[in-house]
Amino acid sequence: MTAHLKQDGPVDRAHLDGMQQGLLGKAVPRIEGYAKVTGTATYAAEYDVADPAEGVLVTATITKGKVTYIDNDAALAMPGVLAVIADARMTTRPAQGTAGEAPEQEPQSVSYWGQPIAVVVAETFEEARNAAKHLVVAYEADADVDLDPAAAQPEPQDGQAVEMGDLTAAMDAATHSVDLTIETDGHASAAMEPHAAIADWDGDNLTVRASLQMLNYNIAELADALGVEEDNVRLISRYVGGGFGSKLGISEEVVAAALAARQLGRPVRVVMSRQQVFQCIMRRSETHQRLQLACDAEGRLTAFGHHARVSNLPGESFAEPVLQSSHFLYGAENRSLGMDLVRIHRMTAGSVRAPGEAVGMPALEMAMDELAEKAGIDPVAFRLRNIPGENPEEDLPFTSHTLADCLRQGAEAFGWDDGPRRPRMRREGDWWIGTGMASAARVHNVSEAKARVRLTAEGRAVVQTDMTDLGTGTYTILAQIAGEMLGLPIDRVTVELGDTNHPRGPGSGGSWGAASIGSAVYLACKALREEIARRANTGEAELGLKDGAVAGGRTLVDLLGGEALEEVGHYEPGDNQDAWTASGFGAFFAQVRVNHWTGEARVDRMLGAFGFGRVLNEKTARSQCLGGITWSIGAALTEALHFDPRDGHLANPDLAEYHVPVHRDVQDVEVLMLEERDPLASAIQAKGIGELGMCGGAGAIANAVYNACGARLRELPMTPDRILAALPE
Amino acid sequence: MRPFDYIRATDPTDAAERTSAPGAMAIAGGTNLIDLMKLQVETPDTLVDVGRLDMGSIEEAGDGLRIGALVTNTATAVHPKVRADYPVLARAILAGATQQLRNKATTAGNLCQRTRCTYFTNIDQPCNKRAPGSGCGAMGGVARLHAILGTSDQCIATYPGDMAVAMAALDAHVHIQGGRGGDRQVPVREFHRLPGETPWQDNVLESGEIITAVTLPLPVKGKQIYRKVRERSSYAFALVSIAAIVAMDGGRIARADLAFGGLAHKPWHDPRLADLLVGEAPSPALFEKAADVLLDEADARGGSEFKIPLARRTLTAVLTEATETRT
Amino acid sequence: MSETITVNGVSQPLPDDVRVSLLDFLRQHLGLTGTKKGCDHGQCGACTVLVDGFRINSCLTLAAMHADQEVTTIEGLGTPEDPSALQRAFVEHDAFQCGYCTPGQICSATALLEEIRSEWPSDASDDLAAPTLTDEEIRERMSGNLCRCGAYANILAAIRQVAEEDA
Ligand SMILES: Cc1cc2nc3c(=O)[nH]c(=O)nc-3n(C[C@H](O)[C@H](O)[C@H](O)COP(=O)(O)OP(=O)(O)OC[C@H]3O[C@@H](n4cnc5c(N)ncnc54)[C@H](O)[C@@H]3O)c2cc1C
Ligand code: SF4
Ligand code: FES
Ligand code: FES
Repeated sequence: MTAHLKQDGPVDRAHLDGMQQGLLGKAVPRIEGYAKVTGTATYAAEYDVADPAEGVLVTATITKGKVTYIDNDAALAMPGVLAVIADARMTTRPAQGTAGEAPEQEPQSVSYWGQPIAVVVAETFEEARNAAKHLVVAYEADADVDLDPAAAQPEPQDGQAVEMGDLTAAMDAATHSVDLTIETDGHASAAMEPHAAIADWDGDNLTVRASLQMLNYNIAELADALGVEEDNVRLISRYVGGGFGSKLGISEEVVAAALAARQLGRPVRVVMSRQQVFQCIMRRSETHQRLQLACDAEGRLTAFGHHARVSNLPGESFAEPVLQSSHFLYGAENRSLGMDLVRIHRMTAGSVRAPGEAVGMPALEMAMDELAEKAGIDPVAFRLRNIPGENPEEDLPFTSHTLADCLRQGAEAFGWDDGPRRPRMRREGDWWIGTGMASAARVHNVSEAKARVRLTAEGRAVVQTDMTDLGTGTYTILAQIAGEMLGLPIDRVTVELGDTNHPRGPGSGGSWGAASIGSAVYLACKALREEIARRANTGEAELGLKDGAVAGGRTLVDLLGGEALEEVGHYEPGDNQDAWTASGFGAFFAQVRVNHWTGEARVDRMLGAFGFGRVLNEKTARSQCLGGITWSIGAALTEALHFDPRDGHLANPDLAEYHVPVHRDVQDVEVLMLEERDPLASAIQAKGIGELGMCGGAGAIANAVYNACGARLRELPMTPDRILAALPE
Repeated sequence: MRPFDYIRATDPTDAAERTSAPGAMAIAGGTNLIDLMKLQVETPDTLVDVGRLDMGSIEEAGDGLRIGALVTNTATAVHPKVRADYPVLARAILAGATQQLRNKATTAGNLCQRTRCTYFTNIDQPCNKRAPGSGCGAMGGVARLHAILGTSDQCIATYPGDMAVAMAALDAHVHIQGGRGGDRQVPVREFHRLPGETPWQDNVLESGEIITAVTLPLPVKGKQIYRKVRERSSYAFALVSIAAIVAMDGGRIARADLAFGGLAHKPWHDPRLADLLVGEAPSPALFEKAADVLLDEADARGGSEFKIPLARRTLTAVLTEATETRT
Repeated sequence: MSETITVNGVSQPLPDDVRVSLLDFLRQHLGLTGTKKGCDHGQCGACTVLVDGFRINSCLTLAAMHADQEVTTIEGLGTPEDPSALQRAFVEHDAFQCGYCTPGQICSATALLEEIRSEWPSDASDDLAAPTLTDEEIRERMSGNLCRCGAYANILAAIRQVAEEDA
């Protein structure tokens, strides 16, 4: 049976909190924890499939043009080589998140340097890699290639544009204003597990073990790419070694493995090299942003302008949604927001953790800091003054709003000094020390989700969905929800994820996973409770379940009477998604040191205060926030994709030269979670948390860099060369 | 990775002989060579594993300290003598790579590690060092991390290591065995080459020559500093690094042995600096003059201009600290 | 080749193809997939194992170079039923998210505790002669293990706890 909810309004606040197990929200250790720490959790490339052949992708060495010839024979003559495949169905780009259809195909047509054009399959990995490196390919290169985002023709994104009042007049008339341009370099997700797939056909039925975030969409993408029915495809992703957007859609190795396995009649494994992951998976677009802000003498914003230029390949509709939270974060009557997309031939731009806000919020918050300084107002107070009571652009009330609380409580916990602020007020040895802050915001979404919950006759619960756990804690929070609802301790709940044979979840992306799939599990459990209540002659709301006992003296096993019960929960967003503005909010506070000789910057201390609805698991939620803060540090100080200006190839396609933060870059970090119930956010009153932690954080660090040393940076990341260049003498 | 023959050398003479065969290369820790073999940048036909030869000890010689070619970077950095008498060397090693890599990396391998220029490591890009005559991809490309001193029209790569920078400041010597010239010793300062017209030659080793040891001179008095400026706080190559051994005598600089990493195709040592500094009373103006001398021919051929002010400022910082000058 | 290598106490014949890295040997030949491949180029630490007690990146070495040596992988440190103190502390402190870097982190941390006992210095040591176990020391010594999920703060807490229990 299916328990369905399309959420049009608030859910009952008290229902879930009325449960008695006392499991939900608690800092329960991850239920899959011991599998991970002992190396027994199985990731995509690690499934024990009989006798797989090994495939290695071959990538283009031109930027744009055609593959005219591949010397298959020479490759096939090499030891162990089984096939060279350049099937027209092979994909050349990753699918965008939630695409649900095949991305670009036809590998003989090249549109960026490093694009997959073939796969070489051999008996062993060594043989395949060697043959792939030796494959002789001839091209017809197209010389007319746009590579420079500043020079390419912009395409305005009309859906993003807002014009209200008169920005220019308001800027001119204002007591204080700032008008500045900020550039952010591109980012890579750089999940630690490289993209990998093992494909295996049984007749016309295909099973692919892969590392993917959204199996519910990926199955359609893969079926479409291959031209087969979804019913003939099964995807398995039990453990995903990090995604951060890079595994939202099927990537090139998935289709290549499937085609190769079909052709060879034997399982084929294709694992991308780290360089390939960098070169042919998603990048976050570089951005060019103009911020125009003005306020009156009291520090009330009167003008709000935010314009951005981002890039992508021709044919891609994704445009880094830089303005996403700018639309509602601060009030100002005169508003102008706009986005341009330029077409350039770098690898696909797509979602990288917190698409949009990750770079839009820092830029906005850097401008806010400058304006607060001009207005002579403490930056925390300045933000508090500008929190709008309602969405400034649309008649969509906020489902809840925690920004003010986050600012206040965060400031207090951090020990924010609201006295006069001037750069270079504090120095320790060779280092200037400064502080800075920023607001955080990340739009909250939910998505359709289904999950099956079975109560076995022995009184165990089994939760099943094709939802994935990228490290976000899904396994554990679903066990907690089921345990809470059904009155079972956590060791009596089993969670099975990452298999398309299970009901379709929402996929893990856009931070909507936990709230959506959690709602589906909640609904299934609620339906099970109704049946149990019926058997116990009571109402569902009155049913007391704890540790397998039913209030009134009976046991769950007893009531089940030797029979299993099963329900599918089906959650769908409704008006709650369309008629309201739903967002997570927060505030970042950072203390930074800048070396006055060398311009090196280090984050000494960082605190994030976040409000995101119900905390489902204190431990894993905190970890998500810590992760976001770590990414903030990377975006602020170290992470930048560098592209060759002549052929657009990525010049730092590895983890030695693309600098994700190392352990030592992350000093004292603290998280404050402001728990609330947002009954419009989802059926379990929770919002997304996975991305909020990096939506603005880099801005707090930039503002602290200024406060430390007086350098107002206009580019992120703030590498020593940039800080030195911006340092006033 | 191409197929190759793998053999273990039985002694240094055997190693020298075997590596003199065309296409043969020595392998020690493998942390650089295997990296490059996977990328098909290095394609040896024969790998001569020298890893088990008896060159793995640190010994006190009458005239200093002898560090075997196979001593791991870790073993050098933790050696009590090195920590006590040559802290600049311990510090330089510890500032490089990671504990895992240093446990594997050897003295000789570290000296011979190749540039991190990403055009060099990408076989689908031009590079005069990897493929002579193919052009230099870095010039006009992404060359933020490239050299500003001693470059040529052929190549602007840097030598990426840290250990050798300290060894250059210490004026250590590389001991080489085999080859036509028999055994010889080369100062670390002269071991690496500038790219000139032959950028594929990183150093003076000739075919069939292997490194057996590095000797450090007797310890000297003075303050030893290794300062490495990098883009993250650990596990990153130097933008600029400075090894300094500076001694003071009666308010004047008595010794100023300086070497620089991240600036050139070799650990950079400029004898004019000691000439300028020694005998002088330290002052910001003096340090500026030193930087002027160091950088008088500095030339950034793509994106690495920032290294000029960065080197200047880092030098000032190091000299300020070493001489305890007030700023 | 009839040479052998000892992995988690079991003697194993070395692979015929000398190109096989120690990492691929463990993962593909022995099925010990607990050791992870994150970059294959010494840039991430996911492949960290202990060889004769020293931690190394198993991706940048050939299996053949380790004839007669003893390799310990994550599988050799503990099992879900009988985890090591560090493995337990990692679970308790939520010192991982996706778990992909985790075996490498734990192998590294296992060696780190020994290195500290041996008073090895690090880049973070104020005094090269006698390093002390500060948070900064742990951070530096663990900087060869990237964690993209950003679990560093919890990794630190887990190691700290075990180091203090040890002391
Ligand atoms: C991600 C990463 C980061 C790193 N960061 C740093 C850093 O910050 N600072 C730093 O200094 N280094 C760094 N390194 C480099 C590392 O230090 C070197 O890889 C290492 O020192 C090489 O030593 P090896 O013994 O492993 O050399 P191998 O790889 O075995 O050999 C390197 C070269 O030396 C030759 N060779 C070896 N032994 C001899 C001999 N006895 N005689 C003649 N030739 C010989 C080989 O033929 C080969 O050409 C880093 C490496 C990596 C992968
Ligand atoms: S700088 Fe040197 S190593 Fe780099 S591409 Fe140019 S020639 Fe090659
Ligand atoms: S896989 Fe070995 S260090 Fe990344
Ligand atoms: S737990 Fe995911 S990379 Fe560390």
